[in-house]
Amino acid sequence: MEKFTVYKGTTVPLMNDNIDTDQIIPKQFLKSIDKKGFGKNLFYEWRYQKDYDENPDFILNYPEYQTASLLISGDNFGSGSSREHAAWALSDYGFRAIIAGSYSDIFYNNSLKNGLLPITQPRNILEQLAGLSSQEQISIDLPHQLIQTSVGEFHFDIDPIWKDKLINGLDDIGITLQYEKEIQQYEQQHQ
Amino acid sequence: MTAKTIFDKLWEQHIVAGNEGEPQLLYIDLHVIHEVTSPQAFQGLRDAGRRVRRVDLTYGTLDHNVPTKDIFNIQDLISKKQIDTFTKNVKEFGVPAETHGGKGQGIVHMVAPESGRTQPGKTIVCGDSHTATNGAFGAIAFGIGTSEVEHVLATQTLWQVKPKRMKIEFIGHPQKGVYSKDFILALIAKYGVDAGVGYAVEYTGEAIDDLTMEERMTICNMSIEFGAKIGLMNPDEKTYDYVKGRDHAPKDFDKAVSNWKNLVSDPDAIYDKVLTLDVSQLKPMVTWGTNPGMGLEFGETFPEIKDNINYERAYNYMDLKPGQVASDIELGYVFIGSCTNARLGDLQEAAKFVKGKHVADGLTAIVVPGSRPVKTAAEAEGLDKIFIDAGFEWREPGCSACLGMNPDQIPEYVHCASTSNRNFEGRQGHNARTHLCSPAMAAAAAIAGKFVDVRHLVTDQF
Repeated sequence: MEKFTVYKGTTVPLMNDNIDTDQIIPKQFLKSIDKKGFGKNLFYEWRYQKDYDENPDFILNYPEYQTASLLISGDNFGSGSSREHAAWALSDYGFRAIIAGSYSDIFYNNSLKNGLLPITQPRNILEQLAGLSSQEQISIDLPHQLIQTSVGEFHFDIDPIWKDKLINGLDDIGITLQYEKEIQQYEQQHQ
Repeated sequence: MTAKTIFDKLWEQHIVAGNEGEPQLLYIDLHVIHEVTSPQAFQGLRDAGRRVRRVDLTYGTLDHNVPTKDIFNIQDLISKKQIDTFTKNVKEFGVPAETHGGKGQGIVHMVAPESGRTQPGKTIVCGDSHTATNGAFGAIAFGIGTSEVEHVLATQTLWQVKPKRMKIEFIGHPQKGVYSKDFILALIAKYGVDAGVGYAVEYTGEAIDDLTMEERMTICNMSIEFGAKIGLMNPDEKTYDYVKGRDHAPKDFDKAVSNWKNLVSDPDAIYDKVLTLDVSQLKPMVTWGTNPGMGLEFGETFPEIKDNINYERAYNYMDLKPGQVASDIELGYVFIGSCTNARLGDLQEAAKFVKGKHVADGLTAIVVPGSRPVKTAAEAEGLDKIFIDAGFEWREPGCSACLGMNPDQIPEYVHCASTSNRNFEGRQGHNARTHLCSPAMAAAAAIAGKFVDVRHLVTDQF
C-alpha cells in the first residue's frame, strides 16, 4: 500500500449525495481479474458519451480540473455494491483522498486498504471546499489530521490504528499473521 | 450480568484480539466466495506465497457472470475468463466450490443457506454487499471488499470496528398483498438510504416473527440499501427448522439448537437507536427514482423536486415527473429474480398472480430462480409451466438482470418492474429504468402491463 503522510493537490467537487459504486465503476468493468487499469472507466456513464467520447458537461472533463487529485462529494459516498474496484478506479485515476459528508461502511474500509484517504466533513465545510478555485493547492496532513486551505484549516477524525497503517503503508495481512498464536488459540477453544 | 443484544453476544464470541473502540480481529466462521470479487485476492495469495488457511470454512459458487439463457454457452469471453479463473483458483487452493451449472450452484447468498452452512451464531462474510442476507439466521454477516477477501483467505480473520446497535421493530400484521419486501422498502423510503451507516441493525417485532425464513432473508438482504452492512434477527424455531436436515447442518443438531437458544437479545438490552414501523396499514411499495429510498406506497404521488443534483437528476433519468403515480409508468420489462426475491416462496407467490393469465402485449417478462435447488423445486411443483404458459421466460439460475454482468440487461430507456434490490442509474443496463417492488407486484404488473395494487387482486382470488 502506498504511504500517505502529507499530500498537496487540487480539488474537484462532485456534490451529489449517495454516489453509488455502480456509478464509480459500472458492472461491465468488474470482469477484469487484475487490480489495475480501472481509472479509464471511472464514472464511465457520466464521463463519456459513446465510445469514450468525453461528455463536456461532466465536471471531471472540464479543462481546469484535469489535474485534480482530491474529490469533494456529498453524503453516503460509495454506497451500494461492495466492489473494491471502486477504490481501485478512484486511485488509478489519480485521486489520493475523498472529502465527503459520509461513506458507506464497506467503501470506507476498501479505500483505506488502498491508501485512498476517506475524510468526513460537515456540510458547511464541504461547501467551502467545493467553492475553492480549481488552481488552489490544498494540503492534507494526515499526521496532524488537518486539511489546510485558503478558506481555513479543518480537522478530521480517523481511527489511530488506521492512521498508523496509512502513514507507514503497512500490509494488513502481514500484521495479522503476527497474531497467529491468538488465532490458533481461538480455533482450539472453538472447535 | 449486563443485558446484551444478540449482536453483542456474537461479536464478543468472535474476538481474537483487540480492544473495544478500536479495530478488533474477528474470527470468521464461514467465507463464501464468487467469481467477481475473488480473482485479485487469490492472485494476492499467490504473489505472497500464502495458502487458504481454512478451506473447510470456505465455500465458492458462480453467480454474477452466469448466462441464464444458455448456461454452457458463454458468449462473453471476458466473463468466461473470470469464470475459468475462479474454477482454476478454487482447484489450486483446494476450496470446495460448486461447478458452473452444478446442482448446488446459484446466487451466493442463496446457496449458503440452502446448503445448511448458514447457521445461527456464525460470523459470515463474502465479497458482496448482500451478505447481510445470512443475518436472518441470527448470524453476523456482512459484505467485504477484495482486500478483505484476501485477508480472510489468508488468516480466517478480519479487522473490524464494532458498529453501533440499532433495533428496528416492525409491529402489526400486514394486509394480504403486502410482503416483507414492502416492509424494507418502506423503511428505507421513510428513513433514507444512509440511515443505517455505522450500525448493525437488528430487526424484531411481531411482523418479523410471523415471516418465513425466506421472507426474513429479503429484509436482511436489503440492510445495505438502508446503509447498514449488517442486518440480523433473533433465531427461533423457524430458523432451526430451516437448517435441520440440510447437507451441512450440524451433526449433533439438538446440541447445536440448545446453544442457539442462548443467541437472542436479552429483553432489556440497550440499543444506540430504536426505530419502529407499523406495517398494518402499509400498502405495496414501488420506487420511482434512482436509489432504493426513492420509493412510495402504491397510489401516492411522486414527490416535489427538492434539489437539482439529486431529485431533478433522478426524475430526468427516469423520465418521470412530480405528481405522477406508479400506475402512470409505462412498463416494458419485468424481472423476477435476484438474491432479494428469487426463492421458492417468491416464485410461488408470483405464480398466483400469473396462473391462467398472459403477459401484456409488448412486455418482456423473465423469471430467474436464484439457485439450482430453487429451480428444481419450482419445476417439481409446475411453477415453470405456469410462467411459461403465461408468456414469461423461465431461465437458468444466477444473478441475471439484477446487475447484468451477464447478457441479461434491461434495454435502454425501458421501465422495468424488478424484484431486485437496486434501482441505481445504469444498474440493470445502460439507461435502464428500474422500479423495485415485491414479486407479487412484479408478476401482476407483467399481466396488466402497468403497476396495479395487488391487495385488490388477492382479495378476489386467494
